[in-house]
Amino acid sequence: MAREPKTARRLLWMMALGTVALQLSGCDMVLFNPKGQVGLEQRNLIILATLLMLIVVVPVMIMALVFSVRYRASNEKARYTPDWSHSRLIEAVVWGVPLAIIIVLGVVTWRSTHALDPYRPLASDTPALKVQVIAMDWKWLFVYPELGIASVNEMAMPVDTPVDFRVTSDGAITSFFIPALGGQIYAMAGMQTRLHLIANHAGDYTGIAANYNGPGFSDMHFKALALDPAGFDDWLERTRAAGRQLDGAAYTQLAKPSIAHPVEHYSKVDPHLFQSLIDKYQGVNRSREVERRLSDSQGQSPQGSKE
Amino acid sequence: MFGKLTWDAIPLHEPIIMYTLAVVGLLGLAVVGAITYMGKWKYLWQEWFTSVDHKRIGVMYIVVALVMLLRGFADALMMRTQQAMASDGSPGYLPPEHYDQIFTAHGVIMIFFMAMPFVVGLMNVVVPLQIGARDVAYPFLNAVSFWLFVSGAVLVNLSLGIGEFARTGWVAYPPLSGIGYSPGVGVDYYIWALQISGVGTLLTGLNFFVTILKMRTTGMTLFRMPVFTWTVLCTSILILAAFPILTATLFMLTLDRYLGMHFFTNELGGNPMMYVNLIWAWGHPEVYILILPAFGIFSEVASTFSRKKLFGYYSLVWATIVITVLSFIVWVHHFFTMGAGPNVNAFFGIMTMIIAVPTGVKIFTWLFTMYRGRVRFETPMLWTVGFIVTFSIGGMTGVLLAVPGADFLLHNSLFLIAHFHNVIIGGAVFGYLCGLTYWFPKAFGFKLHDPLGRAAFWCWLAGFYFAFMPSYFLGFMGMTRRLNHFDVPEWRPFLLLEMVGVLIILCGVACQVMQLVVSIRKRHENRDTTGDPWDGRTLEWATASPPPFYNFAEQPVVGGIDAYWGMKEKGVKTLAEMDFRKIHMPRNTSLGLVLGVLSTVLGFALIWHIWWLVIASSLAVIATLIVRSYDPNTDYCIPAEAVERMETERRQRLAEA
Repeated sequence: MAREPKTARRLLWMMALGTVALQLSGCDMVLFNPKGQVGLEQRNLIILATLLMLIVVVPVMIMALVFSVRYRASNEKARYTPDWSHSRLIEAVVWGVPLAIIIVLGVVTWRSTHALDPYRPLASDTPALKVQVIAMDWKWLFVYPELGIASVNEMAMPVDTPVDFRVTSDGAITSFFIPALGGQIYAMAGMQTRLHLIANHAGDYTGIAANYNGPGFSDMHFKALALDPAGFDDWLERTRAAGRQLDGAAYTQLAKPSIAHPVEHYSKVDPHLFQSLIDKYQGVNRSREVERRLSDSQGQSPQGSKE
Repeated sequence: MFGKLTWDAIPLHEPIIMYTLAVVGLLGLAVVGAITYMGKWKYLWQEWFTSVDHKRIGVMYIVVALVMLLRGFADALMMRTQQAMASDGSPGYLPPEHYDQIFTAHGVIMIFFMAMPFVVGLMNVVVPLQIGARDVAYPFLNAVSFWLFVSGAVLVNLSLGIGEFARTGWVAYPPLSGIGYSPGVGVDYYIWALQISGVGTLLTGLNFFVTILKMRTTGMTLFRMPVFTWTVLCTSILILAAFPILTATLFMLTLDRYLGMHFFTNELGGNPMMYVNLIWAWGHPEVYILILPAFGIFSEVASTFSRKKLFGYYSLVWATIVITVLSFIVWVHHFFTMGAGPNVNAFFGIMTMIIAVPTGVKIFTWLFTMYRGRVRFETPMLWTVGFIVTFSIGGMTGVLLAVPGADFLLHNSLFLIAHFHNVIIGGAVFGYLCGLTYWFPKAFGFKLHDPLGRAAFWCWLAGFYFAFMPSYFLGFMGMTRRLNHFDVPEWRPFLLLEMVGVLIILCGVACQVMQLVVSIRKRHENRDTTGDPWDGRTLEWATASPPPFYNFAEQPVVGGIDAYWGMKEKGVKTLAEMDFRKIHMPRNTSLGLVLGVLSTVLGFALIWHIWWLVIASSLAVIATLIVRSYDPNTDYCIPAEAVERMETERRQRLAEA
């Protein structure tokens, strides 16, 4: 029975190791070092929720350790009550405290879910830049409908300008994610999702496909360039200078599955490309879709709105 | 003649697979040879393969689960090695088409063919004993369930050598799993393995639901049932409600793939997100099917090894019931990123968090069971304390993922991987291994070798922390799951640390294999003659170890919670006080095994489009069922004198020991 103190020592040792690991990894955690408002708020939410839960988890850890040591069988001095199995006070506390924490966390969740709804436009004086995102096998196509340009596996945005992403897929389901800027949204064929992000610091960030979608998945990333206004104009200039057109034939060529596709720029793009890809998959619902589009263009419904 | 099946289906050009097959083949030959050499075929056939005894079936479930644990763990080792190598422009040693099959197989095997049979095996061994029953309600159906499960496991493993396995991830989202993106047989293996074993699981749920409600011994009211039995009752309800969803969902996917329908395709009105909703409407209850019985095991162990009544029995039972109900209204938290509105996401997020309340209550009741107890740190108790600490972390990260705003960052990241391994290994698997150690002497009549059990525990615990804590940080560093290779040097040290962790777990697995071998060889030293090696509290300890095939010589009468503890306090009945009666028992039959074999053939024929064989094996299945229905000779009675004789002999052996 000499084993119990050893047990406790091992547990302590393990906890110490965990703390060291925590400190070691303090650096380069992209989600803890966000470059945009959305990511910042989401990170703060993670920290707040974790702290709230530690109110329960830390006592559990301490109790597990203390009870293991104190009530080990070899410790004859500890009190032993073999038939004690009920205490109204303790049961009220063990139901009540977690419940109270979850109520607080529930309120936080309700509010933050609405505040951080990816469909909600970001408050800003600068008008949002519209970008249509098309997930393809296995590359990302970005269409700037207002600028009439497009690019593959690279997108640029001016700093401090909200970006209004509309996302769809021309293949399997995947997820559109720029970790440095904030949360992700699924890209699904025949459907449009929306995501609002903003870059508050200039930089060259990585965007990824965050949902497995086939053999080219691991190489399906892109550059998200957050540029100062001059830099963004430069980028536009270069893209327009590319002199290539993304028409039907070029799209068919692009749509062929490819892995680790190089960055490409298109100076001209069919403005209806994004919507036509969604329509392509609507099949029997097509007439209903057209009807909805007509009524949308008269009203001001933002959901699934077109040019 | 053979449908899509040709010689090209055998991956002769893949050295890794061919070596694996060679090793598996040699091992298989060695086992067959050893059984033949020892002349055990007849024994195996009569006592095990044709058995309808719940204890035997339970043991067979666990044996297959442990073998599948090795297979799934080998997949894990390969994946970890690949990710540790494939950095800084190196492609690693596994190309995507192979790697993608491995992570799919790992998930499918660990959930369906390791965790499920492990928990069903423990249910089988323990539940009838805990409620004082002679067997389950439908013993033949139980054998059928087992052999259908084996059939599914065989199909999954056949895919290694004949054809390929799915490359879709373990929940096989369409359209990727549709015929357009996955034209091979991989997804068909997935579908039919899950469908066939799923029928087995559904029948098990039905069997235990009826068993627990109808077969309890005198005095065993619902609120006197051991907590493990309670959790199995709730798990059975979950199985009954959730598995039909899986069956229907996979059936629609089958129609898409086989008959060109459009339930889940991108085109023609199909909606892949419908599949995603349906699969998680099954998938979330499924994780509670796995974890609730583990909670039950920890409850039994905490009370027994603290030598104290379980604290807050009613709280614990109600917490289990609350979890059972809530587990059906949380499924959207698996895809908040689908773009549902904030009201929907917030609802499902908050529902998910509410589950943390009853779960937290459970953790506290185990802690307060230890409080003012006399805690013996034998191996099962080590697993329990290890679980309490580890699972609390997993629970916390789970609630964090339930906050939609946080999930948008963490969805599909390695943080998620760390979370669910944290709860499935740190919760379910720790629980099953705890239960295995705890009930092993009951099933076999001798204890497992203790020092090796302890070594296995410490390796699993330390290995788990090394293998998965870095994943939480990798998630924060923006690493998503299922990557075959990547170009981010900062991830490398963490992945190497995880590799170390997996190797430590490997030591744990090695300890367990050695533990089994050593325990069997030294079984005479660790013999349990009393039937009650741990000073237990519940009815399963009231009978011999291993129990006679009829479980109890006399139906026990229950006077309260911790039925056997109460009997021990009053003094166990002497032979003269016992009232022996004839016992009605089910007869062994080979038809369960026959149905399993026929289902395997049927599944194989469906996968490879061998239509004549589909028709032939379906007819054979129906014929077998008809034969069984007209068999009048399915049960028999043991006369009272025979029962008395066997019980007298047992007591004599006990007195001599």
